[in-house]
Amino acid sequence: MSLKQISVFLVNKPGTLRTMTGVLAANNVDMRAISLAETREYGIARIIVDDVISAVDILKEADFVTSVNSVLAVEVPDQPGGLNTLLEIFAAEEVNIEYMYSFIIGTESRKAGMIFRVGDTSSAEPKLTARGLKVLSQEDLQQL
Amino acid sequence: MERYYQEEIECASRETIRNIQNEKLVKQVRHVWDNVPYYRKKMEEKGVTPDDIQSIDDLYKLPFLSKNDLRTAYPYGLLGTDLKNCVRIQSTSGTTGKRVVAFYTQHDIDLWEECCARAITATGGTNEDVCQISYGYGLFTGGPGLNGGSHKVGCLTIPTSSGNTDRQIMFIMDLQATILCCTPSYAAYLGERMKELGYGPDDIPLKAGIFGAEAWSEEMRRDIEATLGIKAYDIYGLTELSGPGVAFECSAQQGMHINEDHFIAEIVDPDTLEVLPEGSEGELVFTAIDKEAFPMIRYRTRDICRLTREKCSCGRTHVRMAKPKGRSDDMLIIRGVNVFPSQIETVLLNNGYAANYQIIVDRVNNTDTLDVQVEMTPEMFTDNVGEIADRQRVLVDGLKSMLGLKAKVTLVAPKSITRSEGKAVRVIDKRKI
Repeated sequence: MSLKQISVFLVNKPGTLRTMTGVLAANNVDMRAISLAETREYGIARIIVDDVISAVDILKEADFVTSVNSVLAVEVPDQPGGLNTLLEIFAAEEVNIEYMYSFIIGTESRKAGMIFRVGDTSSAEPKLTARGLKVLSQEDLQQL
Repeated sequence: MERYYQEEIECASRETIRNIQNEKLVKQVRHVWDNVPYYRKKMEEKGVTPDDIQSIDDLYKLPFLSKNDLRTAYPYGLLGTDLKNCVRIQSTSGTTGKRVVAFYTQHDIDLWEECCARAITATGGTNEDVCQISYGYGLFTGGPGLNGGSHKVGCLTIPTSSGNTDRQIMFIMDLQATILCCTPSYAAYLGERMKELGYGPDDIPLKAGIFGAEAWSEEMRRDIEATLGIKAYDIYGLTELSGPGVAFECSAQQGMHINEDHFIAEIVDPDTLEVLPEGSEGELVFTAIDKEAFPMIRYRTRDICRLTREKCSCGRTHVRMAKPKGRSDDMLIIRGVNVFPSQIETVLLNNGYAANYQIIVDRVNNTDTLDVQVEMTPEMFTDNVGEIADRQRVLVDGLKSMLGLKAKVTLVAPKSITRSEGKAVRVIDKRKI
């Protein structure tokens, strides 16, 4: 099951990112993962939260422009070569990665998570699960 | 069915209109010669006397008036009657830095309001309508003009004036306003706010809007129409000539009918001042043939547009003017190229952006720079940086082909460009020349 990621348009000015996190904090939104892409003129914050619909509403209310996309969250064993093994499978299945970023799955489990934005999420997912990879769903995320 | 306020005049034969104009022009030129020494001197300098003006065919012999003359003759130099006969003044917003003060007798106000009544009726307005006037009241002609027209039609008039957007919306919804009069940029803003409050086009009781006092594009019209669920009509006027209602749009939405029983329109070449044949693009020039207090003869509007006398499907016979490309006062000269903000607006709206934009002109290393700041919209935003860059490039290319000029496009945060309740401030010219 793919995850929903919220992308937020941020103008390139000091304090813009803080305004966004301030809005999320004030509304008790728990971020599971965040990454920031930048261009010369603006940035895009990509965030993973438990309740996507209400987070989008909260951001819209605060005049942020957002876009919601499907991404894949995949478990990676926290050990040398963990990511490499994972990417070998991606390569073998010809799944093209546009970008990725990591997050932590609990401190006890010795596991990390990677968020992948791939060319075609719906066709990539069954290929990866068939090769034994654990693709996390929105529900899995809430359990963490 | 098309409604008219004064069908016999609005649909009169061309011959009748011509006869009315001939008669009124001859009388007006005599009136001005006798009462306005400033203009009489201009006529004498050109060697023209009232006897030379026998019909509208002689109009070309008369000298022009321009905003410069208004400034030189300020405040009373162009007054056409005793001050004791005047009952009111109105004044321009001074957006171009030259404030105009115009005078009115009761007769002038009546004819002005009659023109506005024609405009309201052309949208289908009757005494069963509720007409909310969100143009500013006061010195600005928008509020008082449409207010008078609304009274003449018999609409229930809501004089909200401009500002206090949530109160405007409360009146529209609670009193079920059916006609809205304001500037197009304010109509767009009202629409945006109503959408935020959860009112869709089907919930909004408005059915028509009369929007003027600034340049706006066809694309902006379509946006406003969709958001508010109305038909949006253009209206044109100048304080120098009376105010809104010099020309107005009918249901055909194919140009604005000029009230020719009160105003004679000409198109001239702005450089040579030669009268151009029908259909040519040039500067619009008006002669007010019915006004007593401020009788403008061949007044140069600085508006660039075309006229057509082609038959209109609405049945009106008065000449139509195309939407002005822009006031030549609004025109920017950037690297020697003439640029109208309305051209930039057209490109933005065609590409799915909102009409919330600002044009910043500067001079860096002796070269003019044009920066168009556009608010990011949910429709235009994607997670993919490359796609956003592509969309920006499409905009830059669109501007290049429209203006013949390379512009920079900067995407800014939503709602970061200040909304205006009257005329929008579209251009910031930082050049120090």
